[in-house]
Amino acid sequence: MFKRTCNTFMIKIIIEVGSRWREWVSEPFYWGSSERGTGKEVGPFATMWGGWKLNFFGGRFLRVLGSGCRGTQAERLRLISWAENQPTWTLQIKPWVFNEYKTMWFKSCRMTFSCLNRIKNYRSPWKRLYSTSQSTVDSSEVKTFRALAHKWWDEQGVYAPLHSMNDLRVPFIRDNLLKTVANHQLGKPLSGMKILDVGCGGGLLAEPLGRLGASVVGIDPVDENIKIAQHHKSFDPVLDKRIEYRVCSLEEIVEEKAETFDAVIASEVIEHVNDLETFIQCCCQVLKPGGSLFITTINKTQLSYALGIVFSEQVAGIVPKGTHMWEKFVSPEMLESILESNGLSVQTVAGMLYNPFSGYWHWNKNTSLNYAAHAVRSMVQEHTVSAANAATSAGVHEELKK
Amino acid sequence: MVARVSVMAARVSRTGWAIAFTAARRSPLISCRRCSSVSADTVYDVVVSGGGLVGAAMACALGHDIHFRDKKILLLEAGPKRVLEKLSETYSNRVSSISPGSATLLSSFGAWDHICNMRYRAFRRMQVWDACSEALIMFDKDNLDDMGYIVENDVIMHALTKQLEAVSDRVTVLYRSKAVGYTWPGPFSMADSSPWVHITLGDGSTLQTKLLIGADGYNSGVRQAAGIQNVSWNYDQSAVVATLHLSEATENNVAWQRFLPSGPIALLPLSDTLSSLVWSTSHDHAAELVSMDEEEFVDAINSAFWSDANHVDFIDSAGTMLQYVVTLLKPTKVSARQLPPSVAKVDAKSRVLFPLGLGHAAEYVRPRVALIGDAAHRVHPLAGQGVNMGFGDISSLVHHLSTAAFNGKDLGSMSHLASYETDRQRHNTALLAATDLLKRLYSTRAPPLVLLRTWGLQATNAMSPLKEQIMAFASK
Repeated sequence: MFKRTCNTFMIKIIIEVGSRWREWVSEPFYWGSSERGTGKEVGPFATMWGGWKLNFFGGRFLRVLGSGCRGTQAERLRLISWAENQPTWTLQIKPWVFNEYKTMWFKSCRMTFSCLNRIKNYRSPWKRLYSTSQSTVDSSEVKTFRALAHKWWDEQGVYAPLHSMNDLRVPFIRDNLLKTVANHQLGKPLSGMKILDVGCGGGLLAEPLGRLGASVVGIDPVDENIKIAQHHKSFDPVLDKRIEYRVCSLEEIVEEKAETFDAVIASEVIEHVNDLETFIQCCCQVLKPGGSLFITTINKTQLSYALGIVFSEQVAGIVPKGTHMWEKFVSPEMLESILESNGLSVQTVAGMLYNPFSGYWHWNKNTSLNYAAHAVRSMVQEHTVSAANAATSAGVHEELKK
Repeated sequence: MVARVSVMAARVSRTGWAIAFTAARRSPLISCRRCSSVSADTVYDVVVSGGGLVGAAMACALGHDIHFRDKKILLLEAGPKRVLEKLSETYSNRVSSISPGSATLLSSFGAWDHICNMRYRAFRRMQVWDACSEALIMFDKDNLDDMGYIVENDVIMHALTKQLEAVSDRVTVLYRSKAVGYTWPGPFSMADSSPWVHITLGDGSTLQTKLLIGADGYNSGVRQAAGIQNVSWNYDQSAVVATLHLSEATENNVAWQRFLPSGPIALLPLSDTLSSLVWSTSHDHAAELVSMDEEEFVDAINSAFWSDANHVDFIDSAGTMLQYVVTLLKPTKVSARQLPPSVAKVDAKSRVLFPLGLGHAAEYVRPRVALIGDAAHRVHPLAGQGVNMGFGDISSLVHHLSTAAFNGKDLGSMSHLASYETDRQRHNTALLAATDLLKRLYSTRAPPLVLLRTWGLQATNAMSPLKEQIMAFASK
């Protein structure tokens, strides 16, 4: 209850701020401030503009705002266009979710958060597009990702939350992997370890792991992503040797890479996977016995629907519509049962929370939004064990018979 | 449904192939262009530009950091290698006051041991007093801890050079080389531009680095090349330094400083019989002090410490009054005034003068660039904090970089460089402001201000918790 009160209060404040910022938002090109280190005048809004142009909703949104803000007397016009366009549009998408109250709430939030986006440079975690088979890759999504591929390495850009998520997931992976070895080489603690990064995107996670000494294989079905990742690592002679990128899906390398990896990482990936069971099976097959599977994803809760889909896709309009399907989100319980049934024992499940104001992630007990999981493949393969058991028991029977 | 999915799959895989082919056709071109533009430049993880006390200590600290075992570090120094074959009998006139915090940093990578094996002088007390009144402040530690150390710069440099040699597999030092040009990377990895900082050296060779650390003094070339704004002004003062012989051997463990209207004069212990002088005064007076004969110079120093010519009766009595109130309120005896030793003679040729100024970089960091030491801030020597601020920068930056390295981060990323900046600007701006304020406050003879500072100093001296705070801040 307290939290909700706080949230309402926050939103009120944000609306206040937001309403003032609307004026600025309408002139994205004039609001340039000197971006550090570039020497160029690149305004946060101008930077955003690039991303927005690619996004149908974004473009539409700005046009709506822009047309409304030509002059002071246009204030009414803007409000009308707001009132007319936005909620109905929202309603068209998920008509069954909204009652009137919620529509009003979303309307104000849309105003608020789209302004907030520009203020705080908030970007909801852009999910890495991945699926177990090409069949689940939406061609329009591929297009969007392709268009945004050059943004991967902009630390303040669209993928900023993924960049800052490294502060959590790299130590999470590193520490859990270091638990399995007796001693490590100082300076490159993960040296000698083979890691598979499934859905590596631009290599945001593969590079830090490579720097820690691991030899990383990064795979992604979007070839533009791999090109960017390839290009980015090529400047670093050390990483160039340690990381290998490939355009392929997980199934395609299962045969070739069976029992190869000390760790498999599926970070922000499984919420895009069609057949999670098969996906986990494949992960398990490429893992060495005793190897670790790391997963970060979004929980399947009402909150994740509100923030992960309604907020970031429809309210804020940053993530293209349809990037996430709530139906595909996975709850930790569900994930755990799939993992356990595939011979992976779950070690840790920890909640992660993104603070859009600071731009940092934090560990949290609450897993209702984002969470990370670590599972270990059992040392002995189950079917071999059972086969061996069967053999010995058969032998025993034979003995008894004699 | 199944049919639709498979059709879509076919479509996607077709487009996928088509793009893969175009990529394959295009990629040789890209790689060739990259090869030609990048050539075989070495890519360093960190390049420190400027091998002075702060720059060398930075390279040393990184070289000894456990998370930097796998990194390549380069130190660029315009001068020659400076190792003392044998410690000379005479003391150098360039000395630094090293705070306990800085000593901790130096010992963290083993340089302090070398200093201890050579020579340094610890001081346990510091007495600061006004030439225009009786007001004084005495800093001392009850537990007889050292308040700081006076170490010759040559000795520190020698220790750092020794420690740099110990990590020569990780830290390359290029003596007699200077960066003449820097090329900054674009805002973020653009299609064809390298994300690193490109450095051109004086001899025409080029190299690349993921992080450039500017430790090249207050006229920092790195700062100028990066276009970082610098707030700076010159003081109407120059400092005269000299090595002085005391008239008699004493315990000599007190740092003395008196604020004259023309500027502060400080006597720092070097040994039982030797002290180092730092006298900030007007440019003309400084030039005169350097050129006058030795006896005259010694007389000038003694009278600067002992003369009461600037006292005004009214302020004296006001000061005495407050002192009386303080003794009433706080009967325990406040540490009594001590008298500075008298100076007998000055080391020949040890007198040198240099101009003073204040400077502060508006930003300490840019993507892939960080400024440390005098490149980021220049300060009046009256608080003896110049090099300590630089060493403080190092501990903070090394801490942040070490964490970043252990997390596999790109060393040039703003996310941790910005936290370094926040940490240090918080500390440094406060010190700069305080130093500048003190300098201005004590440069005047105007009675109201003299009265104010007299009372202020006496009150501060009476409040031990406040003094402890000041000491803690200054010894960081």
